[in-house]
Amino acid sequence: MIYWQIFLAFFIPGILGYGGGPASIPLVEKEVVDRYGWMSTQEFGEVLALGNALPGPIATKMAGYIGYMEGGILGSLVGLFGTIAPSLILMLGLMAILFKYKDSAEVKNISKVVKPVIAVLIGFMTLQFVLESQSSLGNIQTVAIMAISYLLLERLKVHPAVVIALALVYGALTGI
Amino acid sequence: MVADEKVRFGDVFMAFFRAGMLGFGGGPAVIPLLQREVVGRYGWMNDDEFGDTIALSNTMPGPIATKLAGYIGYKIGGMWGLLVALAASVIPTVLLMILLLGVLQSYKDVPWVQNMSQTVVPVVAVMLGVLTWNFVQQSQKALGWGVAIFLIVLSVLLLEVLGLHPAILIALLIAAVLVPFIKRVVSK
Repeated sequence: MIYWQIFLAFFIPGILGYGGGPASIPLVEKEVVDRYGWMSTQEFGEVLALGNALPGPIATKMAGYIGYMEGGILGSLVGLFGTIAPSLILMLGLMAILFKYKDSAEVKNISKVVKPVIAVLIGFMTLQFVLESQSSLGNIQTVAIMAISYLLLERLKVHPAVVIALALVYGALTGI
Repeated sequence: MVADEKVRFGDVFMAFFRAGMLGFGGGPAVIPLLQREVVGRYGWMNDDEFGDTIALSNTMPGPIATKLAGYIGYKIGGMWGLLVALAASVIPTVLLMILLLGVLQSYKDVPWVQNMSQTVVPVVAVMLGVLTWNFVQQSQKALGWGVAIFLIVLSVLLLEVLGLHPAILIALLIAAVLVPFIKRVVSK
């Protein structure tokens, strides 16, 4: 039954996440943390952080890894299948129709009306990670790390993998 | 298209492998790299075809990188092209992920490793915060501030206050857009 659960946990975010893989991450968290309890919010954050430090699509890295943790190699393949197959089949099936109506307002609107919902989902996920960090690291460290990483990522345009590596080194040094 | 010529699957693999391994920031970041491979290096599509493919795959849910890999792979090499392109864009990074986290997991009881997994959480929070703002801006650009703010407030109420599952809300919104469209197409 675990394989069916893995399939569902990634199928639902895959079929609902408009705006590419990153948009489906809060939906994955909802399934993996809230519904099935395979990991805590902090563990999910850890997986997400390392996923962000590595190249390539994020949704499949999450599905492949979490599927592997819960169901070995087969679990990993099931997670990937659940993430990739539904939206790809939909695309291959509807491409001809969509091409015909590609300038129609409704077709363009589908992904637009969903954007605010995704914004809210990711927004609350952000809040959750801030609270999580506050309870494990305290206010001062949380605010300091957030401010520095914002500065590095957004103002100085430092590569995300470098910023995550710096945070890991800082954690290792202060934890000895 | 080149479907009837001899398709070199090695090229298909390398195109999607390179784009996947060099793109940081999830699937959307992979798109320009993919364009360089598919349009620039191998000429499997021209810029217009590639642009149309991106626009249409954005009207569909789910990860963008795999939709593109599957569709473009299928277009140039049929079913095998699809599988090769998907494998090249997905498998290498999943293996890296399993290896890296596997190492971290086996040392997770060591205090300084535990501390590492805590200090990385605020960085993720910042990345998600930036992504949130991106989606708010995209909403505003697509719908205008009035509709965007209305939908944001509505989503907060339904999802976070009333605890509605996001699946239901997203399905309802899509239906609201698509039903009039389908009616119009069918009645033609």
